[in-house]
Amino acid sequence: MNDRISAQYWLHEKELTAYSSDAVRDRRRRAMELFESKGFPTQKDEDWKYSSLKPVLSPHYALNSPCAALEDEHLEYADIKRFLVNELDAYRVVFLNGRYTSWLSDTTHQGFDVCTLSSAWKKYPETIERYFAQLTEDLGPLAQLNTALAWDGIYVVVPDNVVVDRPIQLLSITSGTEPRAIQVRNLVVLGVNSQVEIIERHQSLSDQPTWTNSVDEAFLAEGAQLRWVKLQHDGPLASMTQHTRIHQDRSSRSQVHTISTGGRFIRNNLDIILNGPGAEARMLGLTLGKGKQLVDHHTLVDHRAPHCSSHENYKGIYDEGSKGVFNGRIYVHREAQKTDAYQQNANLVLHQTAEVNAKPQLEIFADDVRCSHGCTVGQLDEDALFYLRARGIREPEARAMLMLAFAEDALAGIDHPSLNAKLHKLIAGKLGVDLTLDL
Amino acid sequence: MSQDELLQEVTATDYKYGFYSDIETDRMDAGLSEDVIRRISAKKMEPQWMTEWRLEAYRIWLEMDEPDWANVNYQKVDFQAISYYAAPVKKQISSLDEVDPELLKTFEKLGISLNEQKRLSGVAMDIIVDSVSVATTFKKTLAEKGVIFCSMSEAIQDHPELVKKYLGTVIPRTDNYYAALNSAVFTDGSFCYIPKGVRCPMELSTYFRINEANTGQFERTLLVADEGSFVSYLEGCTAPQRDENQLHAAVVELVALDHAEIKYSTVQNWYPGDAEGKGGVYNFVTKRGICEAYAKISWTQVETGSAVTWKYPSCILKGDYSIGEFYSVALTNHHQQADTGTKMIHLGRNTKSTIISKGISAGQSHNSYRGLVRMGPRAENARNFSQCDSLLMGDRCGAHTFPYIEVKNSTARTEHEATTSKIGEDQIFYCQQRGLNMEAAIALIINGYAKEVLNQLPMEFAVEAQKLLAISLEGSVG
Repeated sequence: MNDRISAQYWLHEKELTAYSSDAVRDRRRRAMELFESKGFPTQKDEDWKYSSLKPVLSPHYALNSPCAALEDEHLEYADIKRFLVNELDAYRVVFLNGRYTSWLSDTTHQGFDVCTLSSAWKKYPETIERYFAQLTEDLGPLAQLNTALAWDGIYVVVPDNVVVDRPIQLLSITSGTEPRAIQVRNLVVLGVNSQVEIIERHQSLSDQPTWTNSVDEAFLAEGAQLRWVKLQHDGPLASMTQHTRIHQDRSSRSQVHTISTGGRFIRNNLDIILNGPGAEARMLGLTLGKGKQLVDHHTLVDHRAPHCSSHENYKGIYDEGSKGVFNGRIYVHREAQKTDAYQQNANLVLHQTAEVNAKPQLEIFADDVRCSHGCTVGQLDEDALFYLRARGIREPEARAMLMLAFAEDALAGIDHPSLNAKLHKLIAGKLGVDLTLDL
Repeated sequence: MSQDELLQEVTATDYKYGFYSDIETDRMDAGLSEDVIRRISAKKMEPQWMTEWRLEAYRIWLEMDEPDWANVNYQKVDFQAISYYAAPVKKQISSLDEVDPELLKTFEKLGISLNEQKRLSGVAMDIIVDSVSVATTFKKTLAEKGVIFCSMSEAIQDHPELVKKYLGTVIPRTDNYYAALNSAVFTDGSFCYIPKGVRCPMELSTYFRINEANTGQFERTLLVADEGSFVSYLEGCTAPQRDENQLHAAVVELVALDHAEIKYSTVQNWYPGDAEGKGGVYNFVTKRGICEAYAKISWTQVETGSAVTWKYPSCILKGDYSIGEFYSVALTNHHQQADTGTKMIHLGRNTKSTIISKGISAGQSHNSYRGLVRMGPRAENARNFSQCDSLLMGDRCGAHTFPYIEVKNSTARTEHEATTSKIGEDQIFYCQQRGLNMEAAIALIINGYAKEVLNQLPMEFAVEAQKLLAISLEGSVG
């Protein structure tokens, strides 16, 4: 696998870097060399202690040119309609096997750019040179691999004092008759006091194993606001590895929801760098695991400036055969006085064969801070269950209600009713009940 | 007094146990080889099986790499520059009168007068200097109850069947680098056996002291509590002030059989190095206990000394309904580094564990909590509660928390919470407003902060621990 992937880069380097400056090409090369020297992470790496990449890497993936035009595969709006939040008026950017599909998308350059990275290489080389791979230099092999092979993804650049009027829906579809590994690269650059909202979903339509390796870089200037909902509800053969890095300046705000309810293997890395005073970050996560699922969340909040606050709340519900990993790290530099950092990770284990591994970490070098974390692993409260049963609610519904209530924290702050309703429906479906009750 | 002056004053507080006693010592040249181990074994007149056991450990050690995952930085130890055997001469004493008067003076300076111990305090002691046991008090009283409390070398001679049965069962030689080294070269330590159903009539205590320069202290403690017995065990340690780093790599094994209870308390006050971080003891200790059904092991530790601490007293909750507890106060000042915590391995059903860890960092020190709570697939209804608080004093120190939680059972519950903060200005203000000066206020707040742990200590130790905290911390508010 390593050699094939290396070859994929060196064979196509010319196409990948056709429109890029030397600096960008060097970044890609360096990333590829880093990947080649380290190889894929194994369970001997502390960061991958509980998650083995072996099942993700074992299929014989088709590794075509990352930037060649699409082959004969075709996709109609009807095929993807159910994966979108249709009631929502949104900019839509749809990718098929890592390539942009213009006929399904609705992009814009009016006042701000919501388009694709594949077009930006040529159109905006200065912006690319300024931002591309600037946050990912010190990341692990998977992110390096992505930097080297990145071709497409969303490209969102918002000028100062502009609010993007509609949310952006990003949908990345994998299909085909052979196993596929794709790279998705998203770049978001927000000017002073600008705002944007992104709803992201990855979906496999294939009956073959698929692997999506995605990296996001987001730069928030002073006062900028970013909301990002990551919906991971993929099929039982789909694997996803993702690294998101958000760099925040003074008084900016970010809010990231990670809802992981499907897929065989999910590994999320979410890093937030609070680089200016008064920046705020909220990270909310919900995991529903069942069957042979593995969901691994690694988060990092890097407090580099004073008066920043971070709030993190990850919930997990693990049923039969599933495995969950949570590794949350809060790092407070000496300069970051008056930091307020909070981290909570709560897990429900529903079945004997489920497994949870948690490691909430605090590393603190400043003294005038308030940092706390909490982590629990347990079961549903028997008393609460009894209370509902005594009121005539059948056990499956009663359990589902309690679990929904447990999960609610992770959905808090999603303002769009239609998106909220869709998420609730997904969750109820996953929990195996029809909650038409108006909760 | 300004805060800087206060800090200054703390920095200036001397390590009062830093003297060196000129005792005639029988020591081996520095270096480590199979030959050295054979000589240690021969000097202690050990049986063949013990020598073999040591040599095997040495071979295992040679294959291992020094661990580097802990959150500490230090100059690596040169294992060939250490003398592995140093013993005060004039052994074979039958009563305290025959003990080297220099040694007695040493203990008086330390505040442990053996004579007084005998009469008053009702604490039986085993005293170990440079890893050789020099005196054990109260042997007779204990013998009446059937309690065996003696040095490890005596135990190997007199109770080989017990030693053979339990030595290395909780911490095998292959466990880790320092445990393997200790298994190969340990020179002495305490051995204790409490027979079935006996409640040990007094607290047992060991005092460790490194005296000689360039020696490593490698003691080995083995404590076996047979069915239904109870014992409370105390451990204290000091070392002279020296510029070079001394190595202390001990192994403590506890075995609590069905319904037994062991309470193990430590006040660790090895020389922490001077204000510039020069010298001090490297404290690389492996401590672990195994609980059979309904047994309980409780670790309480107050860690104020050592330049580098690497220590994780752990409990293997093997039997159903067994209980593990860990209470810790770890205080680091100047350039000290501590990476400490516990492991609670839940194997049996209905097992319970509690972890309370309080870290205090001042000066330029680093204090890490590293812990593991593992619920095995068989651990039905297992329960854990962990709380790790850190207090930072000054902006040049660091406090870190690395808890690992692994749950493989759907009926197990774990809770973990951790906070990091500093002493509230409002708290100090409140105390000062009521007429306490700054130092008294801080001492009060710190003692309150560590109260949950200090309360677990036996009376005499609690007093000593409180004083220690006060000495190390007074006024060092940031």
